[in-house]
Amino acid sequence: MSAHAEEHFAGSNKLFTSIWFWLVLLTLIEIFLAYKPMSIHLMLTILLGLSIIKAALIVAYFMHLKFERLSLILTIVPMLVVCICLMFVVFPDSFRSLGLRYQFKETPAVAPVPEEEH
Amino acid sequence: MSTEARAVHFPAADWDGGVHPYRVGHRKLGMWLFIVSDSLTFTALLIGYSYLRASNVWPTPFPFYPSIVFSSIMTFCLLSSSLTMVFGVSASSKGDKAGARKWILATMFFGAAFVVLHLIEWSHLYHEGLRPFSLPAHWVSTFTTTDGQLPSPLFGATFYTITGLHMFHVTTGIIYLGVIAARVRKSSHEDIEISGLYWHFVDLVWMFVFPLIYIMSVDVGGHLAK
Repeated sequence: MSAHAEEHFAGSNKLFTSIWFWLVLLTLIEIFLAYKPMSIHLMLTILLGLSIIKAALIVAYFMHLKFERLSLILTIVPMLVVCICLMFVVFPDSFRSLGLRYQFKETPAVAPVPEEEH
Repeated sequence: MSTEARAVHFPAADWDGGVHPYRVGHRKLGMWLFIVSDSLTFTALLIGYSYLRASNVWPTPFPFYPSIVFSSIMTFCLLSSSLTMVFGVSASSKGDKAGARKWILATMFFGAAFVVLHLIEWSHLYHEGLRPFSLPAHWVSTFTTTDGQLPSPLFGATFYTITGLHMFHVTTGIIYLGVIAARVRKSSHEDIEISGLYWHFVDLVWMFVFPLIYIMSVDVGGHLAK
């Protein structure tokens, strides 16, 4: 193996295994939370919080962004976060339209019951 | 001081041209930009799903078995595949191409397990009667509210679209990794690292799909079983 064959790749397998352990643990917490009675808003907040932490761990360590230059991080991350936040502008309308929803009087579209269930 | 001497003693700044300001190759930068654009695609779909969910009566039909058990094992498979992928990239960085191939094949195995489990899960729901634009009859009767508001028939459309697009990404990722594994001796370390970036992105997307689509749709009270 020549000296040139080696490339710099920060992070040890031990570090990556510990990140994997945390990701599995956070997933188990999510599954546990699914069966805890709580308001949907609280559950959504906790689940999204955990997902953002998991995503950050994956991007930082597995995708190695933590070890890249700051210029690359600043080019990619802030504009993505801003674009995603801009999409939340639709939600006031979704809450409004829940109250305006058409009250069905007729039977809605229903799939035929599979034969094996008869 | 001559121009040549200035060039030696005062190298060009990152943004003066002639250098890589990000210190990554153009292919790796291209993959990052693809990942950003694909993130926005999935975000738009998940926001659309959330919009529909917030503005409609939404069924929460997923039982512990098979839906949550299957999706949890699928999550475990994807997380483990990311670990084996990063081991592969790490081996490649040390010049150990045979080790890199071994870990990439392990990654493909976990990815294939994910797809197979997901197809079984889809099959369960399809045979239960879930279609893109209609719900099974017993879901409608169970989740109709006491004031007669019917559950949205778009549950299937959002479910099959978002999980289907993700499954498509996993499938193309397996093919991509297969090509890299087959050409591992000819591939540079950067090629392997770029394929790893794509694979980790597929894992990352599932970190949002799993809680929003599956965990938020758990049939906590066992209403469908009653």
